Amino acid sequence: MFSTLIDQFWSLTLSGIALGFIYVLISLGYTMVYGVLRMINFANSEIFMFGTFATIVISRDFLGNVDGTKSLPLPKLILTITLCLLGSMLVSGLVAVFVELVAYRRLRARGTNKLATLISAIGISIVLSEFMRIITNSRPTLNPRVLEKKSLFEIAGASFRMDTVLTIIFAAVLFVVLDRFVKFSRLGRAIRAVSMNEDASKLMGVDLNKVISATFLIGGLMSGAAAFFYTLTYENTKFNVGFTLGLAAFTAAVIGGIGNIRGAFFGGLSLGLVEVYASSILGTEWKSVTVFIILVLVLVLKPNGIFGEAVQQTRA
Amino acid sequence: MKLLNRLREGNLRDWGASFWEQSSPTKRKVIATSLIGFAALAPFMGFGLLDTPVSDYGAVLVYPVGMFILMALGLNIVVGKSGLLDLGYVAFFAIGAYTMAILGTRTSLNTWEIMPIGIALAMLAGLILGLPALRLRGDYLAIVTLGFGEIVRISALNTREIGGPNGIANVPVPPSIGPIKFSLNDQKAFFWVVLIMILLTIWMIRRLSVRRAGRAWEAIRQDEDVAELMGVHTLKYKLWSFSLGAAVGGAAGVLYASKTLFIAPEMFTLNVSILILACVVFGGMGNIWGVVLGAAILAYLPERIRFISDARLLVFGLALVITMNFRPDGLLPRKKREKAIVKSTQDGI
Repeated sequence: MFSTLIDQFWSLTLSGIALGFIYVLISLGYTMVYGVLRMINFANSEIFMFGTFATIVISRDFLGNVDGTKSLPLPKLILTITLCLLGSMLVSGLVAVFVELVAYRRLRARGTNKLATLISAIGISIVLSEFMRIITNSRPTLNPRVLEKKSLFEIAGASFRMDTVLTIIFAAVLFVVLDRFVKFSRLGRAIRAVSMNEDASKLMGVDLNKVISATFLIGGLMSGAAAFFYTLTYENTKFNVGFTLGLAAFTAAVIGGIGNIRGAFFGGLSLGLVEVYASSILGTEWKSVTVFIILVLVLVLKPNGIFGEAVQQTRA
Repeated sequence: MKLLNRLREGNLRDWGASFWEQSSPTKRKVIATSLIGFAALAPFMGFGLLDTPVSDYGAVLVYPVGMFILMALGLNIVVGKSGLLDLGYVAFFAIGAYTMAILGTRTSLNTWEIMPIGIALAMLAGLILGLPALRLRGDYLAIVTLGFGEIVRISALNTREIGGPNGIANVPVPPSIGPIKFSLNDQKAFFWVVLIMILLTIWMIRRLSVRRAGRAWEAIRQDEDVAELMGVHTLKYKLWSFSLGAAVGGAAGVLYASKTLFIAPEMFTLNVSILILACVVFGGMGNIWGVVLGAAILAYLPERIRFISDARLLVFGLALVITMNFRPDGLLPRKKREKAIVKSTQDGI
């Protein structure tokens, strides 16, 4: 039972870290929105899902990467990666802004209770995923292979593949950029102000609608980047791909303390590792059950996460 | 004309309530009997006009229409009465259905004997989930219940002893009651059973609403902190609401398994929870008649209009967004006097 875990410990650890970084990026989407609205953005998983399709459409239809048998030549590869990453981020960002406009803004302006907003967010999430299901006929869509998944180098039996390395480097860079941005930029200050006290920041001249839109946009950008790395590694997507990943990323955000950007980093990585280790012991079919149980345990035992605010005190 | 004005004012519910309250007991009995009689005759009223193109009209009345109404009423106790967002309602439906399927195929118990067992197991599941989950609020509760629904489905999928992904076939139909026979070809009997269950549920909710439990739920829905400070044992009543909702879901599950004769984990996805939630929200959270109307419309329309049946969930999702944005109280809102005064600055649920 534990033999796989022991034999392949380092290789599992590496894939756990790569998966963890994807979780980190998606959970930033949850955490950013939670920070300003004190609401879980239920549609974040669909925002992610649109990013995966954007990646495929750009790579397959715009750049004509149809031959998935071998790796692309270097200049084309760089072009593909840049365009897909940016395109996926942009599409997810725009979907996120759209979600905020349709599902949140009107309700917020009227000051309805959170149950209403929550239901409206669930509604838009269903609409988005069903829209994609209908236009793709419920079939999974393949992403043509853009880079060969050969091992670059090996450390302790863990082979560092091209896609793993790319995911880890890019995701880490994006995370640092976001962290600095929120800390030092003008908009970042506004976002933090709103998350501390909405009314007071409004009185200080913060344009609330603009800041909230921007927060959704940033969260969407991060989920879009995650979508790109996901499609790069797993090479296919489906209309409901966001469901499991979104829930795992949400769990990651809760582990780290939702609303806390660095918490998302910690939570994402630890969940990625735990999930990979647990699947090697229990088998992959129990993967999502493990994630849910972790989520329930964290919420019950340590609801404020490791770096976050107390969930129970925050009226949700 | 008067009715139209009422509609424009937006609260047909208040008008109905005052009409009911002003009627004499005899008049009430006449109204109630004729309404129930009318509903009981529904299987005979297809006339080609209400007939559904995809499946048989009589079958549609049982599932989805009747079942959706029943489950929406159960979920309404949780979401509408006590304001707890439960996205894992399908789990209780699944537990009821699996209880029926397992006991029905492996023991000699019949549907009516399994029904209380199914209900008890669903309530137990409600308690097991509720004890940790109900300490959480709002969106966290929603996520945890959603997770619970998935755990039940995935566990059924991964457990070979109960058929795994193949599910369980040859679930027995209920034994006949006197001259009324249950069969797959003629679903009138199933419809009447569903109708009786719906009436029992409505009766239960109406009785409870005016008693201590109902008042406690109402207080919790309006402001949980205040309710707790006023001495309402919030966790206890939330658990009650949860397991009563679960009981209705479990009962629906038992009957469903006995009706379709075959169940598989794929029937119990998150989508079902969302569909039922849409019925509750669209009709009017917290109001029995609104929920009945909402569920009847949302369950029937996709069957009647073929175009919608392909995009059923899309329509339901849109129903959620549009209702919340433009008519947050649903088609038939709850009575005015029951409405909470929610201050916009406080984000109470």
